[in-house]
Amino acid sequence: MKAAAIALPRSQTGLWSYAAAALGVAVLAAVPEFVGLYQTQLLTYGLIMAIAALGFNLLLGYTGLLSFGHSAYFGLGAYTVAFLLQWLGIHSMEFYILLGLPVAAIVSALFGYICVRHTRIFFGILTLALSQVLYSLALKFFWVTGGTDGLRVPRPTLLAGMIDFAGSGGFPRFIRSYYYYVLGVFVLSAAIMWVIVHSPFGKALQAIRDNEIRARFLGLRIRRFRWAAFLLSGTFTALAGILWVPLNGLTTPDVLYWPFSGEIVFMTLLGGFRNFSGPIVGGIVFTFLKTYAVASTEYWQLLLGSVLVVLILLLPTGIVGALSQLAKRVWATKEGRT
Amino acid sequence: MSLLRTVELRKRFGALNACDGVNFAVEKGEFLSLVGSNGAGKTTLVNLITAHLEPDSGRILFEDRDITGLSVSQRIKAGIARSFQLVNLFDGLSVFDNVALAIFARDGKTAKIATLAANDDDVRRETREVLAEFGLAAKGELSAGELAQGERKLLDVAVAYALRPNLLFLDEPTSGVSSAEKAQIMDTVSSVVRSGAVTAVVIEHDMDVVFRYSDRIVMMHEGAFLADGPPDAIRANETVASILLGISSPT
Repeated sequence: MKAAAIALPRSQTGLWSYAAAALGVAVLAAVPEFVGLYQTQLLTYGLIMAIAALGFNLLLGYTGLLSFGHSAYFGLGAYTVAFLLQWLGIHSMEFYILLGLPVAAIVSALFGYICVRHTRIFFGILTLALSQVLYSLALKFFWVTGGTDGLRVPRPTLLAGMIDFAGSGGFPRFIRSYYYYVLGVFVLSAAIMWVIVHSPFGKALQAIRDNEIRARFLGLRIRRFRWAAFLLSGTFTALAGILWVPLNGLTTPDVLYWPFSGEIVFMTLLGGFRNFSGPIVGGIVFTFLKTYAVASTEYWQLLLGSVLVVLILLLPTGIVGALSQLAKRVWATKEGRT
Repeated sequence: MSLLRTVELRKRFGALNACDGVNFAVEKGEFLSLVGSNGAGKTTLVNLITAHLEPDSGRILFEDRDITGLSVSQRIKAGIARSFQLVNLFDGLSVFDNVALAIFARDGKTAKIATLAANDDDVRRETREVLAEFGLAAKGELSAGELAQGERKLLDVAVAYALRPNLLFLDEPTSGVSSAEKAQIMDTVSSVVRSGAVTAVVIEHDMDVVFRYSDRIVMMHEGAFLADGPPDAIRANETVASILLGISSPT
């Protein structure tokens, strides 16, 4: 009886989140039917940023480490795709992903090994410094990287060459197909991330976030966990970079530069770093917010800055955090009445 | 053979002799209290034994094996666990997950990344058992940060206990709670520890609690042992009484 009492609410909340996720995916799948090409393209960017922020939040929300250099891994993914095209003549999206991820994992492991020797501000500064190393390389080795001009990446084939976008009408076809492609990768990534943060490994990360000393006195080897989290986080964010570059058609050193790291932090805070879905909402909302801010005023940075200030002061738990608090309060008053 | 033995264990902090050549022995199955005024070196001794601090010199033997050079995680694997004076919990995790995580860690399951923690039936069952033993069965869904202080103290002990250690150090399991709650906490802790046949060393200030629950009492003063014996002998010891009451210091 007691056991059931413990088990029931847990599975119920689980059921609710699965239902919400299914509904979310259904809505996302239906969107292109109702909006234009441009909006579809924007939403594709949004989903890509959601993957980047999900990866970032494994470190911030779940491990308690604020990286200020996640542009490095996003840019790493983007440049790896460009090099695969330039050096090996690869045009297949699947190859970009399959070859890009191991490269990203290796570099993340290397950078992570250095960064997780420290925590707090020192960790943040190290991640920032390493990302700026990659930025300088992309900028200075222009005969390899194209310097500030960057490298072009035309539309690749999808699904092992079954879908290509040559010929007339290639662009609209690409936008529609690529939206569903990205949606598929996004759903898969989110599912994998969901399992990771709810696995014993993920619980251990959260324990380390909450109380490092106590975690050590459970026998957990803190640095190893942080390193593993860093590796996964970097690789997820790199996947976003891999998906981003064919859509953008070009990669430039901007995606390695520190302001982009700041944007990843921003979108995660905007959605809420204490909730699993926060970075997803944040990534999508930020993409639209920034696009419309840039289009509507030349002072768009001022506008985004104000949003950030308001966010920190009024909604420290982000959009998702605020909504779930609201839902809880409504629920509580309803329960109280009955 | 003692379960744990320290040989001439020393630790200095500048001019302070926190642990002054201590020879400490814990026998299997006993419920031992470590008492003494603030700064007597009780917590330092426990920190040295649990590898939270490194000794300046001396050796630590556990089950006749020298563990002086072992890391925290190796000592936990050997069977030594501890709780903390100030409550040390994972406040963002549920009460259930606090205990479950200790079990995952003990069983070497924390590297599992591709399965949901909630789907491990063995761990779930054992977690429920531990929570029930500590009277926290109904609180499993709350986050640890939402518990009342007394419950937090119990959960702190439960997390250490869930590691199923052979030797459990409890650093002031009743500090910061009301007198009424103290007895309740100690009743629970001592009955769980005794029924689980765990050897326990408790640091405690409340002498009523100490006399009531201990098999043996060790009194520390200025980094050294001053008295060691069963509750009755300690109660009758005048030096102990004078120090505990702060009347004079035997120097």
